[in-house]
Amino acid sequence: MKINNYVKVSSVKEAYSILEGSSKATIIAGGAWLRLTPAEIDEAVDLSGLGLDSIDVNDGFVEIGSMATLRQVEKSDIVKSLCNGIVCDAAEKIMGVTVRNIATIGGTISGKYGFSDLITPLMVLDTELEFHERGRVSLVEFMDETAKIRDILLKIRIPMKEGRGWFETIKITAIDFPILNAAVTRIDGKTKIAVGSRPYKAVLAEMAMAYVDTCGKHDADCAERAAMTAIAEIKFGSNSRGSANYRKQLCEALVKRGLREVMS
Amino acid sequence: MKIKLKVNGENKVFDVKADEYLLDTLRKNNYVSVRRGCDNTSCGVCTVLINGNPAASCSYLSCKADGKEITTVEGIPEEAAKIAGFFGREGADQCGFCNPSMALTVYAMKKELVNPTDDDIRSYLVGNLCRCSGYQGQHRAIKAYLEVE
Repeated sequence: MKINNYVKVSSVKEAYSILEGSSKATIIAGGAWLRLTPAEIDEAVDLSGLGLDSIDVNDGFVEIGSMATLRQVEKSDIVKSLCNGIVCDAAEKIMGVTVRNIATIGGTISGKYGFSDLITPLMVLDTELEFHERGRVSLVEFMDETAKIRDILLKIRIPMKEGRGWFETIKITAIDFPILNAAVTRIDGKTKIAVGSRPYKAVLAEMAMAYVDTCGKHDADCAERAAMTAIAEIKFGSNSRGSANYRKQLCEALVKRGLREVMS
Repeated sequence: MKIKLKVNGENKVFDVKADEYLLDTLRKNNYVSVRRGCDNTSCGVCTVLINGNPAASCSYLSCKADGKEITTVEGIPEEAAKIAGFFGREGADQCGFCNPSMALTVYAMKKELVNPTDDDIRSYLVGNLCRCSGYQGQHRAIKAYLEVE
């Protein structure tokens, strides 16, 4: 990784104009994963002076500033109040405190990292993202897009709804990237299931979700069938942490476990 | 570019490159208790306190640290000596390479957590690896340190 110039901006507008001016300009967020970036960065844009690190409640949404660190997210009582605190559960399992004090939620989301433990629970909470230029977009839609982001993520907005949630991540060691993670929620009678680190980026198990919501009885059989549906519809891959087949078996177990938790 | 840091209470100005990491800036300015290990955030031996929070200096750009307070283990001599005493008594020392980072993280934990459980302690230290001790001696030493005051 090589950075030619470092700019600590004084406004979002300034940051955006730098991005517009150079295809090699990049928002660096926390910078914790910068070493994973092989590309040369012409202008590294630092947003840390813009006050984008607050966590508040506004208009029925929990709003997390994109520069809030994972540690801030993990410790926030506001975020903990959402669906059994699954976002906090996920955040506290990411590497160690020394990394979580650096990495930001905005950097994690913007990178669309396949290994992210945080994106998976956010996907089952109907999370939306607020960008400087584009405005608001759902996280699911954003994750689906392949175009490189040339905008500035300002806020992560999570609707404050009552519901049950569950998250689990499987790792070889606590400081490794996950082999697989899964999150399940049940909010307003609707079930959401997301699976991440497949090792590809997280996705919703749409068919399994539809199956659960049409299930007459939310019992062990329903969870079993939904898990089978999830592994049939989701694509898994192999890497040094686990084979596609191993991930498939983990996914079946996790989805079943998650459904049992949120349906009980 | 020039950055201003307050290192262990002293105001300093350093000339750094745009892609220089805080670990390199500190080490080349003789703060050598800050160790280089994995260089990719996995081991924790490069831990320093940035505005009081433990952070991996190997992955924190020096430019980003401009204006911040940095504490290395030399900045907490009394607490470091206390922690070292507990480590010695519990046989938690072997090569000592991770001790400065461990001391800083334990010091930060003491300030941040109230009556931490065994799991809280283990969870807080998950990013600070020790290749020698097996952690049991350290865990006993840390518990003793946290309960002393």
